[in-house]
Amino acid sequence: MSGFHVVVLVKPVPDPGCYARVEIDPATGVLARQGMPSVLNPSDRHALEEALALQERHGGRVTLVSMTPESSAETLREALAMGGDEAVILSDRAFAGSDSLATSRVLAAGIAKVAPFDLVLAGNESADGGTVHVPSQVGELLGVAHLVNVIRLEVDPDGSVRARTRIENGYVEVEGALPMVLGVRREINTPRYTSLMGVMASQGKPIRVFGAEELGVDRSGVGMEGSNMRPGKLSRPSSRRKGERLKGDTDEAVARIVGILRAEGVLG
Amino acid sequence: MTGAPGRKGAIWIVAEQAGGKLAPVSLEILGQALRMAREAGGCEVAAVLVGKDAGGLAEELALFGADKVFLADDPRLEPYQNDTHGAVLAKLIAREDPEVVLFGASACGEELAPTVAARLDTGLGAHCTDLDLKADGLLMMGVLGFGGRVHTEMFCPARRPQMASVKPGMFQPPPRAARKGTVVREDAAALLEGERIRLRAVKVVREEPEGVPLEGAEVVVAGGFGIGGKEPWVLLEDLARELSGAVGCTRPALDEGWTSGEHTMIGTSGKTVRPKVYLGFGISGSPHHTVGIKDAGVIVSVNSDPRAPVFESSDYCVVSDFRKIVPALIREIRKVKGGGLREPSPA
Repeated sequence: MSGFHVVVLVKPVPDPGCYARVEIDPATGVLARQGMPSVLNPSDRHALEEALALQERHGGRVTLVSMTPESSAETLREALAMGGDEAVILSDRAFAGSDSLATSRVLAAGIAKVAPFDLVLAGNESADGGTVHVPSQVGELLGVAHLVNVIRLEVDPDGSVRARTRIENGYVEVEGALPMVLGVRREINTPRYTSLMGVMASQGKPIRVFGAEELGVDRSGVGMEGSNMRPGKLSRPSSRRKGERLKGDTDEAVARIVGILRAEGVLG
Repeated sequence: MTGAPGRKGAIWIVAEQAGGKLAPVSLEILGQALRMAREAGGCEVAAVLVGKDAGGLAEELALFGADKVFLADDPRLEPYQNDTHGAVLAKLIAREDPEVVLFGASACGEELAPTVAARLDTGLGAHCTDLDLKADGLLMMGVLGFGGRVHTEMFCPARRPQMASVKPGMFQPPPRAARKGTVVREDAAALLEGERIRLRAVKVVREEPEGVPLEGAEVVVAGGFGIGGKEPWVLLEDLARELSGAVGCTRPALDEGWTSGEHTMIGTSGKTVRPKVYLGFGISGSPHHTVGIKDAGVIVSVNSDPRAPVFESSDYCVVSDFRKIVPALIREIRKVKGGGLREPSPA
């Protein structure tokens, strides 16, 4: 067997550096996020890095799969500049409004389209939604073993897997065998920089687009209609407090803080 | 799954054990389940515990007010694994048909909950920060997106159970109940029958973090990107030690490697703290962080930038350099502790 076919799930997201500018339109109650550039979801870069490291060690192929509008092909091209052999975009108006399980149905169908696969890697969570649902749900739908919070991964040529997953104040060593779906945390590795060579190479890499029809997904199980979860009211969580400025020099400010600590019963 | 909204079904919580004890978040969600059941005019609250030799912990859940505790006890169920725990839970839920199932959004829970939701084809709210059972039986699941900037009310109108994973630290654990619930021992072997166990957890390592844990600390001293390095970070640790408090950090400070680790991060992807006093230094105040301190008693922020957004979420604001404030504060605290008589030791 020469190498594995590793599928990396990637998602273009609004640039997390701009989230302070996200507003809710008071008239419509809808999220206003115009002018926010789309970037590759930060933890997905770590999933791709892990796939590329495996490819360097074992050979094989790396395919990027993304459920995203066709218009964000540029972000996928940037991911391909980091590495990977080809990208597949799953795009259809029928997919709009999908919750995590409906999204996972589309992704599972996309993975089936590029099958056979040995390993599916994904960023643990997306920066915008952050449910941490997709790796587990894709694994369930594909009927293969799955883990999230992976911080270390070893795959042997015979397909046996040893993964380390992060838990509160520690970690777990897990053993199993391919095929698997794994969600990785950012601490797993440091993604490589994109080289000029990579950028040039990416221009020749194929990006295929599949809609609901080609994927053979049942429309009743995807999109808003196929989602069990429905969003209601949006709001800005308010953490506003009185914001009293403590005037004076360092000594005066420190004296006030000491006074607060004593008044709250945590000092003296 | 019957998927019949409006009936008065049970509220379940999935309990988790860590190192032979109930995870704190399990009692927090039990507390909220009991509260919602009371407000709904009374419905059954049940806990599920899956593990090995867990009878004692099941009794404990019954003492804390769960009407029923379903216990699946089997050597194959320890340590936790999503294959085995997911199978057992999905089968129990399908059989008993509760209205609501709550999970703690711990490392295990955030994996187990979507696993079970996929098996049952039902809706799941992720890392919920607030929950409310409406009069019509719909569970409002409050979730935060865009780094804490947007709060969305999520609902699962048509499928049952309505499932939610709940961020640790959001709810208060219940007091001991007057009436002890019943422990129902399940036939774990039967529940595992025919299940493929594809994963083996071969080693579980828990490292006790150094210092005072953030959860439960009366004073939290937190630092952000403005601290600027590992060396000045020590000042915050010194201050926390003087106050028997815990040190917390923001995501950028964690990413810079100045802190003692991820267990000290406060915010949407970190911990929620509720100290009596929170002292923040060099923190800009992105919602990602401030969401995690909204239940703090008094918030004092020190930042050299008078326009730092963190001041909006603070009770008291000091526009100054933490390098001036912290050493002076440590000196003054030592004076108070020493009765104001002794000079601080040079150490």
